[in-house]
Amino acid sequence: MSTSPLDPDQLTRNFAEIRPPFTPDEARAQASRCLFCFDAPCTRACPTHIDVPRFIRQILHSNPAGAAETILDSNVLGGSCARVCPTEVLCEGACVDRILQGEAVPIGGLQRFAVDWADGKGLSFFEPGADTGHRVAIVGAGPAGLSCAFELRRRGHGVTVFEGGDLAGGLNTIGIAAYKITTEYALSEVERVRAMDAELRLETPIDGAGLADLLKEYDAVFLGIGLGATASLGIPGEDAGGVWEALEFIFQTHRKPFAECKVGRRVVVIGGGNTAIDAATAAVRLGAEWVTVAYRRTRADMPAYEHEYELAKGDGVIFEWLASPLECVQADGRLTGLRMQRMEMQGQGRAATLVPVVDSEFTLECNMAIKALGQQPLVDFMASIDGLEVDHGRLVVDPHTGVTSVPGLYAGGDCISKGAEVVNAVEEGKIAARGIADFLDGLGER
Amino acid sequence: MKQRPNLAVETCGIPSPNPFWLASAPPTNSGAQIRRAFEAGWGGAVWKTLDFEPIVNVSSRYGAIDYDGRKIMGFNNIELISDRTLEDNLVEIREVKREFPGHALVVSLMVESKQESWHEIIKRVEDTGCDGVELNFGCPHGMSERGMGSAVGQVPEYTEMITTWAKEVAQTPVLVKLTPNITDIRAIGRAAQAGGADGLSLINTVNSIIGVDLDTYRPLPHVAGRGSHGGYCGPAVKPIALHMVHALASDPEIHIPISGIGGIQAWQDAVEFMLLGATSVQICTAVMHYGFRLVEHMVSGLEHWMIDKGFEQTSDFVGKTVPAIGDWGELDLGYKVVAEIDQDRCIHCGLCYTACEDGAHQSITRTEIPDEEFAASTGATFETSGGRRFMAGAGGGYVNRYEIDQETCVGCNLCSLLCPVDDCISMVAKESGLPSMTWAEYQARLERGEMEAIRPPEHH
Repeated sequence: MSTSPLDPDQLTRNFAEIRPPFTPDEARAQASRCLFCFDAPCTRACPTHIDVPRFIRQILHSNPAGAAETILDSNVLGGSCARVCPTEVLCEGACVDRILQGEAVPIGGLQRFAVDWADGKGLSFFEPGADTGHRVAIVGAGPAGLSCAFELRRRGHGVTVFEGGDLAGGLNTIGIAAYKITTEYALSEVERVRAMDAELRLETPIDGAGLADLLKEYDAVFLGIGLGATASLGIPGEDAGGVWEALEFIFQTHRKPFAECKVGRRVVVIGGGNTAIDAATAAVRLGAEWVTVAYRRTRADMPAYEHEYELAKGDGVIFEWLASPLECVQADGRLTGLRMQRMEMQGQGRAATLVPVVDSEFTLECNMAIKALGQQPLVDFMASIDGLEVDHGRLVVDPHTGVTSVPGLYAGGDCISKGAEVVNAVEEGKIAARGIADFLDGLGER
Repeated sequence: MKQRPNLAVETCGIPSPNPFWLASAPPTNSGAQIRRAFEAGWGGAVWKTLDFEPIVNVSSRYGAIDYDGRKIMGFNNIELISDRTLEDNLVEIREVKREFPGHALVVSLMVESKQESWHEIIKRVEDTGCDGVELNFGCPHGMSERGMGSAVGQVPEYTEMITTWAKEVAQTPVLVKLTPNITDIRAIGRAAQAGGADGLSLINTVNSIIGVDLDTYRPLPHVAGRGSHGGYCGPAVKPIALHMVHALASDPEIHIPISGIGGIQAWQDAVEFMLLGATSVQICTAVMHYGFRLVEHMVSGLEHWMIDKGFEQTSDFVGKTVPAIGDWGELDLGYKVVAEIDQDRCIHCGLCYTACEDGAHQSITRTEIPDEEFAASTGATFETSGGRRFMAGAGGGYVNRYEIDQETCVGCNLCSLLCPVDDCISMVAKESGLPSMTWAEYQARLERGEMEAIRPPEHH
């Protein structure tokens, strides 16, 4: 597999931010469109319940610092969410200006404006609470763990975050298309948490036995472990050179210069989710000549958002619907193509049965195949914890407190949702922090 | 289209092809500007105020109030009268009048309060062939410190005296421009009329400080860090001007025509002034903001409105609304309206609710309708994208339905004024159960024991 054929300047342009920041004039003009709704639908639609009309009015009335404080008070990763949230289906999807003016107020862009402004001034708004003497271990420095750590520190509880990898921030740092959020930006939001005197221990993986120790050593433990490897295709030839996992493919765009990123000349992405789209659009931007997304169901069934699909289409990505891989064809250990077959859906939607169409085989010639079938839950890890209730790979928690079936053990993020947005993980971290704080209050002063 | 209406007007004997004049101000500072204005379609212009000697202006001069993202809702200035020589101005007035004989060209004047000075300036100015003069008794800043402008217009005796001096020599109509910085505009209007004024122009600017710079603590605008009170104008002052125009138009003692000024930026504003008694109107701030081209929209808007209403000339409607405005004590206590929300048009912003709850009479209810139920009952549809369902106005699993409690609604208009959707909240007449009566009649009925005291509805 060769590296990108494009020159570094071209690559920088290709990965330029897809939604450039608003100028102050743009921000004011857009902010003036907000109606300042009461019990605002946007706030209700935001998983972290950011008071959107309030922060937009603060922008309008020349108080971007206050706006940033409003945002970060509800969502410590407010700058990341401004960049990576599918606002089209959340706050902006609920915006009543869509009815009145046919277009939502660009809430994500305004949120970014405010947070960037405050960051540019080096402002911080929060301080650790008075020390309670309690100590909480947080496993996983992804959005859920960071959010939980931040909220616990505001309440004065001691926090140690254990991260197996060498970078904090989880998928927000390295798992999202680089044209939406840069690695540097995601890491800068990690600093909001570290600045609250939360201890971050990188490259410190925790296994089942380690977790048992943490439960003994700490007053409470939060699990924000996310998910594991991408599901296997389960077809012959999957080990051929040139067959990639989608996240690994995206990781490289965050971990090394674009010019050193590997990309095929002809690329097939298998899957229909947002990660499939991120991988396909990244492949185009890295210089692949031909990129196809193959999905076994129809467009209507695709888990990717409409706006992501439109983005990929605009990038020239080709979509093969009702197409399922049969074999990774290889020569000398290198991928040369994917043998595919057409599927037929019997029934409607997710419940439909997929049946191969007889004599429908065809081959997609390619030298890179990217598996984007969704990550698998960390079942072995979860099974190693005594008494931990897991349902279809989801760690079961009380939605109001985040507590698992194990007393003192809380969880949030992708390990309880099997994969959702950064903003969902942030909220689950907040909920668990409240649950932990109440639990610790019950323990009394130490 | 029906035949186009006749927009020509005559203001105290001064004809103009339409009622839109430029007010005496920066846009009428030179012949070149007024020439371009007339070419653009303005019906008249009042030349920027002249004295024998040009004044010296300061830098900077203007300040503005923006409103939530829109520029120049209100405007103020500390600029004085013409800073160009009288001779230059007179030459240009003569040229412009010769080129545009059919347009109204009035010259604004302000000189020291001496009879011979007024006599001389009027003679010299009228020699240009202008159509009339306007005595500037209005400017509240700068010139007033020298005993001119509003220093004259705030004292009825001075106003009458100087108007008399002007009329002693004037061969053309004399308009008197009034300041709003007084207690009762009618006293000044009557004084001007007593002095022989042929017409009244109002309002001049309102005394003001436009603002303070929050970083430097300097006043706005500032001159080397210091400021001075200035004249306030722009869209924000229109209601003040409308009231004063009406006060004069409805005064049984005042019979001379009015040229309406103050915050006019669109044809509708002009029509309002005319309905309240102005024969013509004068405009400045909107032109300073957008340029002379504005007049095209004003002429077109007025024309189409007149066609729509069946008016053939402006005199068909000038003053039409004057009799409908009087004392509060003449209003009918038996009349009642209540708000009504068109649920099909409601976008669920909740602005009416919070306004009524916090700022009015607690007569709007909020009900959380589960979004499924809302969609089923209204035909609204969810959108789906990547498995997420969403709908504008919905969030947290519900849509807010806002309804008026018409039993407690006092009919204040507030919700209908702030609702962002056209025709969503309307005010509808409702039987009040009370007889038609004024406050005086109500007092008499109470006196006679014919009715109970009226109490507002109980609010939750």
